[in-house]
Amino acid sequence: MKKTYRIEVDCANCANLMEDAANKTPGVDKAVVNFMTQKMIVEFAEGQEPASVMNEVRKNCKRIEDDMEIYL
Amino acid sequence: MTKKQKKVLYRILISALLLIPANLTVLPGPVRILLYGASYLVIGYDILKKAFKGIKNRRVLDESFLMTVATLGAIALAALERSLELNEAVAVMLFYQIGELFQSVAVGKSRGSISALMDIRPDYANIEENGALVRVDPEEVEPGSEILVQPGEKIPLDGVILEGTSSLNTSSLTGESLPRDVTVGDGVISGCVNMTGLLRVKTTGSFEESTVSKILELVENASSHKSRSENFISRFARIYTPVVCGGALGLALLPPIVRMLMGMPGDWSVWIYRALTFLVISCPCALVISIPLGFFAGLGGASREGILIKGSNYLETLSQVHTVVFDKTGTLTQGVFEVRDIHRSPLEREQLLEYAALVESASSHPISKSLREAHGKRLDRSRVAEVTEIGGGGVHAKVDGKTVAAGNTRLMEQLGVAYHECPEDTGTVVHMAVDGDYAGHILISDCVKPTSQAAVEALKRCGVKNVVMLTGDQETAAEQVRRELKLDACHSGLLPADKVTWVDQMLSDPDTGKLAFVGDGVNDAPVLARADVGIAMGAMGSDAAIEAADVVLMDDDPGKVAKAIRIARKCMRIVRENIVFALAVKLLCLILGALGLAGMWAAIFADVGVMVLAVLNAIRAMYVKNV
Repeated sequence: MKKTYRIEVDCANCANLMEDAANKTPGVDKAVVNFMTQKMIVEFAEGQEPASVMNEVRKNCKRIEDDMEIYL
Repeated sequence: MTKKQKKVLYRILISALLLIPANLTVLPGPVRILLYGASYLVIGYDILKKAFKGIKNRRVLDESFLMTVATLGAIALAALERSLELNEAVAVMLFYQIGELFQSVAVGKSRGSISALMDIRPDYANIEENGALVRVDPEEVEPGSEILVQPGEKIPLDGVILEGTSSLNTSSLTGESLPRDVTVGDGVISGCVNMTGLLRVKTTGSFEESTVSKILELVENASSHKSRSENFISRFARIYTPVVCGGALGLALLPPIVRMLMGMPGDWSVWIYRALTFLVISCPCALVISIPLGFFAGLGGASREGILIKGSNYLETLSQVHTVVFDKTGTLTQGVFEVRDIHRSPLEREQLLEYAALVESASSHPISKSLREAHGKRLDRSRVAEVTEIGGGGVHAKVDGKTVAAGNTRLMEQLGVAYHECPEDTGTVVHMAVDGDYAGHILISDCVKPTSQAAVEALKRCGVKNVVMLTGDQETAAEQVRRELKLDACHSGLLPADKVTWVDQMLSDPDTGKLAFVGDGVNDAPVLARADVGIAMGAMGSDAAIEAADVVLMDDDPGKVAKAIRIARKCMRIVRENIVFALAVKLLCLILGALGLAGMWAAIFADVGVMVLAVLNAIRAMYVKNV
């Protein structure tokens, strides 16, 4: 399953780091952060519940960049 | 500016103002230190906070941390030397924040203006309720509803005109400025602007299925397919910071130790200062921001010209295209067959056409359609019986009790009819036989688009080496188009699967370079997918084409292919300029910093300056009208 989330992040490098963090989160098959359109496109692994995975993604992203938001 | 940005701006101003009295030497030392401290904290408190959070989360190499170490280090050095030269630490923080603010404003602005280019989303649809017009969300309109579009309004949904005549401005979809005239029965496409008359339209699909939402989805997701340059930069950024920090550590420790071993004074403060300068330069942001911004601007500019590119990776490939393969029918030619002439017929023209139209009345092939159109009258299908299609040959049937056959020479040979070769081998020839006697042949041809010639020339001018045509048509017709357009090669008589084989074969040849296939999206989806870049043409309304292709041209002008290549090249040039420029300046600063020729001031100046220039340069990619 593939879902798109609106995000808010100020610096391009932070967006790259967020992409990294999201990709390392269990349950995420592939995550792409689009800094220009402020979107995160997440492909979930088979049988994963997006809501709970995204909570983890958000937590991991917060850890690397406090000043960002993912709108779930 | 957003609230957040304004707040940063005020902090910059206050901090700068506090620096002025702090520099007055008449003031007593402790007061000046207080003023410096206040200035530093006003501008840097959030950076300090972030840096400590970073340490807590065991992430020591983020830029807040680096800025904190650099500035606190500079303050510590000043304290050691009992000097009041604290300007440097504050200024580094100040410029860093100015740079961040500029980046955020510039990116926000350009994001806004690029999005405005693609502003085709309709806000509302008018429906009639009890004689009054009501505005509703286009997403709520059911397929098959009637909507009203007033002059000056955007057409919210795809549909068919029930009432009214008007001119439509399609420029936001196709880049074509000439208005298109429409009337009752014509299909209209969402996103066009109704210019002159009131239209009553019956919608043919929901908003989600409409052309406009398909385009928006495509464009909005475009920059998520990252190009090699973008991936290179993000990988580079990941190693750049640690390497520079490592360099800083080395610079702080090694030279003084070596000097001390050689019996000289260590000059610790000099080398630590140089190391701190390194930390200031270690932030990769200028690089990281300008590359995606450049691609985004390029994609936005292209879509303004009616060229939708599905990702920056395709923009990159497009810029390297050396071979362009065209489909013939509907791409280089109009795709509309017309009966051009009738030769050697003993029958009246009308009679022959009627026979031909009747025999072919059951077929949906474009040739059959052209025969029916040339006949132009209503056909009584009950006059036709025993229709037999002969694959790869033609068709025969009983018409008014007579056996009529229509097809190619193979069919004539099969039936044992003596036929005449057509001397004007320029199109498709349909031979006719009635009751076993030859009844002449009909010459049908497809005309080359008026823009095709210029399109091929433009491709050659922008350095495309090979322009090739693939077609399912017979050789004679194909050869004529090849000569007319001066194409490098053409392969005819191909089934859709053969086209894939040909493209595969060309791809395996190392001389080909990157290959683009241009088709009208009608049954060439496999080839579109196989080519390095699949370009579908005339996408106004064709979902299949939008799905299958990597690049979608909104109208059917083949000249847009060369334009797309030129836009891609301009964009790639800008991206490359930015990469080289940002890297060169950073490297130069590192070298000068290590030699002690550039201080922290110069470093932060260079860093912010490079970013400003790179961002401005990236925005240039948006202006592609006259490329």
